[in-house]
Amino acid sequence: MVLKVMSANQAIAEAVKLANPNVIPVYPITPQTTISEYLAKFVADGEISAEYIRVESEHSAISAALGASGTGVRVFTATSSQGLALMHEIIFAAAGLRAPIVMADANRALSAPLSIWNDQQDSISERDSGWMQVYAENGQEALDSILIAYRVSEDHSVLLPSMVCIDGFILTHTVDPVDVPEKGDVDKFLPPYKPDHAYLDPKRPMSIGTFTDPNYYMEARHDMELALEGAKDVIANANAEFAEIFGRKYDFIEKYRSDDADTIIVAMGSICSTIKDVVDEHRDNGEKVGLVRVRVFRPFPTEEIYDAIKGASNVGVLDKNISFSVGGVLHNEINAKMDVKANGFIVGLGGRDIKPTHISEIIEKTKNTTKTTQWIGLNKEEL
Amino acid sequence: MIEVRFHGRGGQGAVTAAEILAKAAFEDGKYCQAFPFFGVERRGAPVMAFTRIDDKPIRRRYQVYKPDYVVVLDDGLLEVVDVFSGLKEGGKVIINTSNGVETTNGAEIHKVDATGIALDILGVPIVNTILLGAFAGVTGAVSIDAIIKIIKETFSGEIGEKNAKAAKLAYEAAKKG
Amino acid sequence: MVSIGAAVKEPGSTRKNKTGSWRTFKPILDKETCIKCENCIMFCPEGCINKDYDIDYDYCKGCGICAEECPVKAIKMERE
Repeated sequence: MVLKVMSANQAIAEAVKLANPNVIPVYPITPQTTISEYLAKFVADGEISAEYIRVESEHSAISAALGASGTGVRVFTATSSQGLALMHEIIFAAAGLRAPIVMADANRALSAPLSIWNDQQDSISERDSGWMQVYAENGQEALDSILIAYRVSEDHSVLLPSMVCIDGFILTHTVDPVDVPEKGDVDKFLPPYKPDHAYLDPKRPMSIGTFTDPNYYMEARHDMELALEGAKDVIANANAEFAEIFGRKYDFIEKYRSDDADTIIVAMGSICSTIKDVVDEHRDNGEKVGLVRVRVFRPFPTEEIYDAIKGASNVGVLDKNISFSVGGVLHNEINAKMDVKANGFIVGLGGRDIKPTHISEIIEKTKNTTKTTQWIGLNKEEL
Repeated sequence: MIEVRFHGRGGQGAVTAAEILAKAAFEDGKYCQAFPFFGVERRGAPVMAFTRIDDKPIRRRYQVYKPDYVVVLDDGLLEVVDVFSGLKEGGKVIINTSNGVETTNGAEIHKVDATGIALDILGVPIVNTILLGAFAGVTGAVSIDAIIKIIKETFSGEIGEKNAKAAKLAYEAAKKG
Repeated sequence: MVSIGAAVKEPGSTRKNKTGSWRTFKPILDKETCIKCENCIMFCPEGCINKDYDIDYDYCKGCGICAEECPVKAIKMERE
């Protein structure tokens, strides 16, 4: 294993190089831009034998990705925030057409007010699309998650697109040591994509993207639900095989010192690294505090999360998103799907830095159950 | 853990400096992390960048509020930003300036005329590599050999050579005190 | 509270952000040499040169376009 210091954006580009897609339509947007730059360079230097399409918008990027996937080849694209919002129409179409596209989303706040900084509102707002979603904690996981995403998306029992989400700037522009796997090992893990379900080939004529009347639409959507639920087994197998080949073990959730914890914090993405440091401090003071990090958000790992948090007296869920008048989405999904009364906290919107003191404040506030969603880190004069 | 905060302006190379420092520390056998905080995305606007160096893997991902060292790429920022904010006791500040700088909180200030060196050797007022040389000389937190190796990896050819030379010059000046 | 929609209701607030400190080089205009052709006024991206050929150093970022466009080399860029 050779560690190299790189940003999560570079790590994603390295993963894409290893997966070797045939078509890469991307449109640059902060903080995703360097992904499209690295990939343009790889293609120009002949390191990836892909068609790099310079599209005129994100709507075109995902449309070209969907069209390319429809010809039966492996496809990659990447975006962020307003770009993802502009893709919205085709995001749903890509899932419905069962195109196994893999996309990286550099998580960034949605306008207005306009912000280039991190939160997870952009990808969370696409949660009902039928795409799988993984939230990476660091650059290494971003790289690995792209490889696993192709493996799962292209599985003939799944055939749904995947979104690998990385926190804007906090991961996209942060450099730290990353192991880039050997191509030979990746080829063992990720065989070439062999399309079977739907692709445009004159030798085997078919139509995709057709109109359906009320006799069919509901069945198609039901099939998607079954495929997404069924993806759990495929993900578990892919994770196991990934661990065998590369030595890094991933799961739907990560439990950090949570087995005997009275108070458990649940969160997604890069903030979990800081939370682990804070958990250690509280453990040093004799407090039984733990973290459950939700890594795979779609398909939603209800059983895994419930098993991890059901023993705790206090559960606090952090959301870098807000469904107005309802609260954080992860928090509400946990309370809706499980027999728990977790407290909800909104943190880090539009790049508001989340400090250890904020995490400690959340741990303290989690000790009293309340139905009111609490906003942490607001400027004092705004309260 | 050593925490470093860089203050610069868009286009001066503060972000690249933070990354080179992280990569150099990694070259020295340490774990590292570096990341930027941009203000507005345009040339000249104030920018911060951060580097963390430790003997074990680094997890925390919030901004550096209590730096051991501060590097200021542009003394014009002193009027706009409190560069001394949160500096640890005994902390050091390396400033690119050809003027006098008032110290606060008893911070140890090291002045480098990096713009002068940059214009002499590089021909452009880009000062990041020079301040990294000075940083290695002042703090000893990273080796100059590693800094030079990473500078040459980051900038290829003649630009890399010139930047390495400028960094070495600043390192030796800082060593002399 | 921020204002509704984060609207900025005070006109001209951009002027509070004095960008003159961004300069590394400062344009010095020699009015003796100047032929008042208005090139510098038209090309200055910040509108920092007025009709009397005075340069507003509060906002001049030192880009040097004025010196580049001056047909009689009346503007010199000097280190700040």
